[in-house]
Amino acid sequence: MRPVMRTVLGAESGRQHALAGLALVLLTVAAVVFPLVFSSPVVTNYAIYALIFVAVGSAWNAFSGFSGYISLGHAVFFGSGAYTVGIAARDWHVNGDAVFALLPLAAVAGALIAVPFGLVALRVRRHTFIVITIAVFFIFQLMAANFSFTGGSVGVSAPFLPWTPVSFNDHFYYITLGCAVVAIAVAASVRRSRFGLQLRAIRDDEDRARGLGVRTMRVKLTAFVLSAAVAGLVGGVWFLYLTQVQPPSGFDPLFDLSLVLMSFLGGLGTVSGPVLGALIVEPGQLYLTIRYTNGYVSEILLGALLLVVVLFVPRGLIPTASEWIKGMRTRGQPAVAPASQRAPSLPGLRSEELATSDEGRQRLKGARRRAGRIN
Amino acid sequence: MTALLRTEGVRKAYGGVRALDSCTVEVDEGSVAGLIGPNGSGKTTLFNVITGYAKADAGHVYLGDARITNVPPDRVFALGIGRTFQLTRIFASLTVLENMLVASPNGHAAARRRAMEQLEFVGIAGHHAALAGTLSYGQRKLLELAYVLVADPAVVLLDEPAGGVNLSLVNTIADRIRELNAAGKTFLIVEHNMEFVMGLCDRVTVLDSGSVVAAGPPAIIRTDRRVLNAYLGEDLPDDDPHPEERP
Repeated sequence: MRPVMRTVLGAESGRQHALAGLALVLLTVAAVVFPLVFSSPVVTNYAIYALIFVAVGSAWNAFSGFSGYISLGHAVFFGSGAYTVGIAARDWHVNGDAVFALLPLAAVAGALIAVPFGLVALRVRRHTFIVITIAVFFIFQLMAANFSFTGGSVGVSAPFLPWTPVSFNDHFYYITLGCAVVAIAVAASVRRSRFGLQLRAIRDDEDRARGLGVRTMRVKLTAFVLSAAVAGLVGGVWFLYLTQVQPPSGFDPLFDLSLVLMSFLGGLGTVSGPVLGALIVEPGQLYLTIRYTNGYVSEILLGALLLVVVLFVPRGLIPTASEWIKGMRTRGQPAVAPASQRAPSLPGLRSEELATSDEGRQRLKGARRRAGRIN
Repeated sequence: MTALLRTEGVRKAYGGVRALDSCTVEVDEGSVAGLIGPNGSGKTTLFNVITGYAKADAGHVYLGDARITNVPPDRVFALGIGRTFQLTRIFASLTVLENMLVASPNGHAAARRRAMEQLEFVGIAGHHAALAGTLSYGQRKLLELAYVLVADPAVVLLDEPAGGVNLSLVNTIADRIRELNAAGKTFLIVEHNMEFVMGLCDRVTVLDSGSVVAAGPPAIIRTDRRVLNAYLGEDLPDDDPHPEERP
């Protein structure tokens, strides 16, 4: 690659990357020492739920945020992951720590369900897609409530884990932290990959992306299945933590609304947005549920918050904040740098050739003469 | 010369409206072909049929010897036909460079290098890190041309490349097309700017009401009576309700 080009492409955001790296290290340290500092099971319970939603929110975002296909059916994968672990443990008589070996099955269940689900739902777009995901969600909820192998309305209970109450939460804290790290890593990898670029192109103009060689159905389905696998895995962990799953809890309509709110609040289509959204919304929601035991206050506030976000911060906190910071930095600067400060560039001739080739010198001379006439 | 792109008797109707009727067009390899006609004559529909955005009701499309009738757009692009749209369709929330990489078939570093080369070629490399949605209309036209070129298609279909852009940019676009054509690239161009078409194209096909009414070199097409009829409606019937408004 020529030096000029390498400079342009390589030195875009070195400082930003260094800052992001430092923030990541600090966050990792804080996350690892958290249960050592806050050992109360009440606090770690909040953290575990927050991490569960960080993981599922990131997985949801890796599909919906990047592709623009807003899924309200991810509870299908989450609940199916939970039921898969529960049914497998019950039917195969798996007990104790060995039950964690069943977690990959939860991911596989999520992925397998996503294939036919995606093949049907991803044929349509926008509101039609959303309606189909809701319909599939209710089909799964009804199936869980009516089939005998799912335990009907009673649901399925998890095997006993031989841990003390304090170490129980600590164990699950680190397990859910691991899930969150995996989910964030998956989302970040998708975001940086060519595959992720194709997903974002689909979000902007799917038909145009097809016309540029993007196999849109394949790309969408792959992202859907990947997202579902992570949601299924986390559903399995959630089941083991909660020790039981029933149709209304495994297939909870508020689950997907929470995911949407978290991603919209933090920043749809960004890697850090759903993380921030989950860390704000889930502990808040949990606190309100515990504080107002009589019922629907948390749901009402959740709906109100969703309205406020959509109306006043439609792009989410992180994109809005970064835009504001950028605006502060560039305040007062002209939209286009004055010609005297710009690197010379003429169509068809590369910048470094302008100064060295005869043609370049001639064309620059002509351009300057024309500019002089205009001025 | 041999025809690299060919449509044979293509028909396409939307409900009761016949958009294309037995439409046969040939584009020679290494040529710049023009496709003109009044509004609603079927030019863009023919582009849509060629590139798989619309299914032909009858007839066939050939790229070389391969029949590509009703092949989906992603496959058409992979086979070597790239197109731009009358109203530019870029990925507004992606950066200019990312727009280029969507169509790129190469590996990461090679793809970025080629993308930057194409951006330099059309003169917007300085905007590579900007969001495509912030570009002016003319720059979007150039970006669309650049990202179609990044995959090095055998045939490039340009739908009104000079539409809505200033004269200087029209000349820039014409220059880029000439340079690419000199390097062997084949073009089929839909355009209303007659000066642009006549100055650029080796052969011009005229559509009217979905059918080809004339085809040939620009000098002949310019004076062809059927073309004048199609554009000006000179052969109006005697019962024209407003004869006094005609020149």
